[in-house]
Amino acid sequence: MILVLDYGRGNLFSLGEALRHVGADFEVSGDPARVAAAERIVFPGVGAFGDAMEGLRQRGLVGPLKEAAARGVPILGICVGCQLLLSRGEEFGAHEGLDLIPGTVARLPAPQPGDPEAIRIPNVGWRRLAVRPGAPVLGDLPDGVMMYFVHSYAPMADDPAHVAATIAVNGREIPVAVHRQNIVGVQFHPEKSGPAGLHLLRRFLAFAPAATEASRPARP
Amino acid sequence: MPAPRIIARLDIKGPNVIKGIHLEGLRVVGKPGEMARRYYDQGVDEIIYMDTVASLYRRNNILGVVSEAAREIFVPMTVGGGIRSVDDVVAALRAGADKVALNTAAIARPQLIREIAEALGSQCIVLSVEAKRRPGGGWEALTDNGREHSGRDVIEWVTEAEALGAGEIMITSVDMEGTRKGFDHELLRAVRDRVSIPVIGCGGAGSAEDVIAAVRDDGLDAVACASLFHYGLCPLPDLKDRLAAAGIEVRR
Repeated sequence: MILVLDYGRGNLFSLGEALRHVGADFEVSGDPARVAAAERIVFPGVGAFGDAMEGLRQRGLVGPLKEAAARGVPILGICVGCQLLLSRGEEFGAHEGLDLIPGTVARLPAPQPGDPEAIRIPNVGWRRLAVRPGAPVLGDLPDGVMMYFVHSYAPMADDPAHVAATIAVNGREIPVAVHRQNIVGVQFHPEKSGPAGLHLLRRFLAFAPAATEASRPARP
Repeated sequence: MPAPRIIARLDIKGPNVIKGIHLEGLRVVGKPGEMARRYYDQGVDEIIYMDTVASLYRRNNILGVVSEAAREIFVPMTVGGGIRSVDDVVAALRAGADKVALNTAAIARPQLIREIAEALGSQCIVLSVEAKRRPGGGWEALTDNGREHSGRDVIEWVTEAEALGAGEIMITSVDMEGTRKGFDHELLRAVRDRVSIPVIGCGGAGSAEDVIAAVRDDGLDAVACASLFHYGLCPLPDLKDRLAAAGIEVRR
């Protein structure tokens, strides 16, 4: 069962339409029992990091999500859903995340006056990705593919090996896709990124992470 | 410069897309579903639906248009016209919109911007400003699709709206709208210089050169075009070719 996680922090309509368009048979739920039963999880989200994390806590979803991650269930975080995969966030004060990928969700660098390449914050629009070759789910996107972004914060993974793609923002290379074993997160909106975004969703539906220590079934 | 967004603006009246001059003298140019689909297939970066008759009945009509489009169009969509409350925004987002454009209700009660920003986030608020030149200099913000005066100075208003939590500003020059004579560049630059959030220019584009001037010379983050595409003055694929030839990054 493919689960689209509903924890009251996202506009699920467009994501649902995009998943339907690529042929996914999915269920929308915020029930912890459904998370425990899910074979694949799409984890969306909008708004602020701390508030979204609170949404997960209120619904008792933090534990089930971490368990699903440890079971090896493929998880795709989108936007704030991607951000929550990291250890901590800095939006409106310091907040703990799910800590599935070590790192910090930090504010995008501000534009420098007079920079012809300046990007205003929030970063709204289509940006060109530098995709790491071989990265899961994103690896076969053409280099330089553009995706649609709306954000002021980004998932700064501690380990460069966990970064799947970056964009250039005000003179810096900023991680916008992260991955670790069965977990993938994208800061942009694949459901709003035209054919390239739909392709990414298709790739996630087919994503079969290699068996790892963490993905072996737990012994009773 | 970062890739500017090329937005198609569809002004909706009943079942039709219409187009006017100075927001008046409306003429039917097509059906929203067919036009949006065509622009999506041509690589449009975003679509803005504006309800030109903002009654409750019409709003339900436009949300139907949006939710129909959301089944097969996977780029950001903004809906404006008649949005008066947080509940209206929730209904628009549930219908498949990503953002709402606010004008009349926000001028009547600016705190509405803050309420929406706190409930749903700044990213879903596009402040739509209909700007008309004042004889003595500067611009006045009009409301009700250019029908009513508000007495508010545009530059002051966008400053306040940004502070209240608007995520983007779409600035329409009522003087240039529908004329195909080019944007009001003085207006666009004045707004861009005043706010730090993204600015969408609208009203007057009649050629690729007009768009190039707005994004390269005025430094706008996005342009919203209607006549240019609706009347085939410069179809979207041609426009993107022209922008690319001018050294401006575009999405293909």
